[in-house]
Amino acid sequence: MKSLNLRLTKKLAYALNCAILTPENLAGKAITDIASLLINYGRTQLRVDEIFEISGTPLADATKTINFKDATDKLNYLGAHMASGCITVEGNVGAYLGFNLNGGIIRCQGNTQAFAACNMLKGLLIIDGNTGEFLGGATAGLRKGMRGGMVIVKGSAGDRAGDQMRRGMILIEGNAGDYCGSRMIAGTIGVLGNVGSYAGFNMKHGTLLLVNKPNLQPTMQDCGLHSLPFLNLMYKNIAQFDTKFSSLHSQRVHRWVGDAACNGNGEILLISA
Amino acid sequence: MIINSIKIDDTFAEAFNMRATRVIITAQNLKWAYHAANAMTGFATSVIGCGVEAGIEGALDITQTPDGRPGVSVLLFAMSSKVLMQQLETRMGQCVLTCPTAAAFAGLENGDRINLGKNLRFFGDGFQTSKLIDGKRYWRVPVMDGEFLCEETTGMVRAIGGGNFLILATSQPLALSAAEVAIEAMRDIPNVIMPFPGGVVRSGSKVGSKYKTMFASTNDAFCPTLKGVSKTEISPEIESVMEIVIDGLSFDDIAKAMRVGIAAICKLGTRSGVKQISAGNYGGKLGPHHFKLHEIMQATNV
Repeated sequence: MKSLNLRLTKKLAYALNCAILTPENLAGKAITDIASLLINYGRTQLRVDEIFEISGTPLADATKTINFKDATDKLNYLGAHMASGCITVEGNVGAYLGFNLNGGIIRCQGNTQAFAACNMLKGLLIIDGNTGEFLGGATAGLRKGMRGGMVIVKGSAGDRAGDQMRRGMILIEGNAGDYCGSRMIAGTIGVLGNVGSYAGFNMKHGTLLLVNKPNLQPTMQDCGLHSLPFLNLMYKNIAQFDTKFSSLHSQRVHRWVGDAACNGNGEILLISA
Repeated sequence: MIINSIKIDDTFAEAFNMRATRVIITAQNLKWAYHAANAMTGFATSVIGCGVEAGIEGALDITQTPDGRPGVSVLLFAMSSKVLMQQLETRMGQCVLTCPTAAAFAGLENGDRINLGKNLRFFGDGFQTSKLIDGKRYWRVPVMDGEFLCEETTGMVRAIGGGNFLILATSQPLALSAAEVAIEAMRDIPNVIMPFPGGVVRSGSKVGSKYKTMFASTNDAFCPTLKGVSKTEISPEIESVMEIVIDGLSFDDIAKAMRVGIAAICKLGTRSGVKQISAGNYGGKLGPHHFKLHEIMQATNV
């Protein structure tokens, strides 16, 4: 496949802001032009070729792919503001992976730090490993987190996954930490593994789709067992993605509504076989 | 033109511009989908008195519906977008929302977007929730049997209404029998409905009346009992005339349905009692779409 390869060669002591290394920003640039771009590293700026070994094919347009190789958790803001194209990461990445992601596909084959999919709007983010806190959350000061798109985490997620999430879907194949779906405004979070304490804390709307029953707060109100036809639509949509969630078919769910502490109308759906 | 001993008049059906929409209704089983669809398309034979012309386009299996349940496709036609939107919301609220296990989805992706469940959601009294799935918004309204699921909008497109043909036969039972054969064949054609009872009209109308308050009245030229007193269009041996009216999403859809229906009657031959096929028009002055019977029957792609 014709793609641009950026292999991390420098041992990083500080966080590196990789926001400019997106298909849109690098499209149409020659290798030499890319090499001379400056990126923020700690309190200084470095040329791209001081950090990465650049190889492969220059991107003819913004729909092409960038491969990051030997990546580490010092690479922050990878794929930030990206609207098209594809980024693949071999290794781990730092915080804010897919920050303000507005289209395209990002696939991280390792783990990520906190705030992956922060403020995400559109597109697809796949994390093959684990991810940190505030997956799909909001930037500090903002009142809305993820506002669209699809996030698939093959591993587990930290605390506060989907905090203040407004729209879109997060699918966590492993476990989720405490406060999953906290302050959720809308959207859907699915968890195949276990969920920590305080699931749906202060949620207003939205859906937590769970397979294993969590320790629920008393402010999540038991509404009983139901068959919900809308789940078929959701399963059909999920089926187009490579995820274990594709094996879900049951419309039969136990439904809790809350969080009553904030007069919320969100729901926790526990899939019943 | 004579096909299998049945005369096809050298005339045309005159049709009008309309606005149309399609709704997919699903339910726990086909029986309940039909209950909802039959209610929704009830009292919807003619825009003259019903506001909208509506009918069931066909049944859908579980692979053809958004939620994987059995369903029915419904088409609605009106003379203006405003009337169509009003009728759609009213009929959705009274006929589909109320029907056990029924759900409703957009049947047209193109055209202008009009409300399907957008306002119905308020029936949920604050307990309704929405889901944006694959770019489409759905409303989940809590109801006594569980949840009413409805897509927020559907498409509205320009369409044609009033395609028709007349079946002239030697007796009333034979005319109706031939009409039934035609309707049976035409039900397989997509994008069209025959909105009248059983797809057949026995009271074709002309424009105007001797009474000032009436803007349509009986088509006396085709009334067999008036052969001696009106300017009749029918020959002495004709004792009954049935009309089939077709609304469709495009000219070609209606033309195809007319062709299939007339061909099915002609296939019956002389034993059908049908002597002649004609069509209703207003001299070509009112409707911009003219379905010329000879051209339609000469087309090869039946």
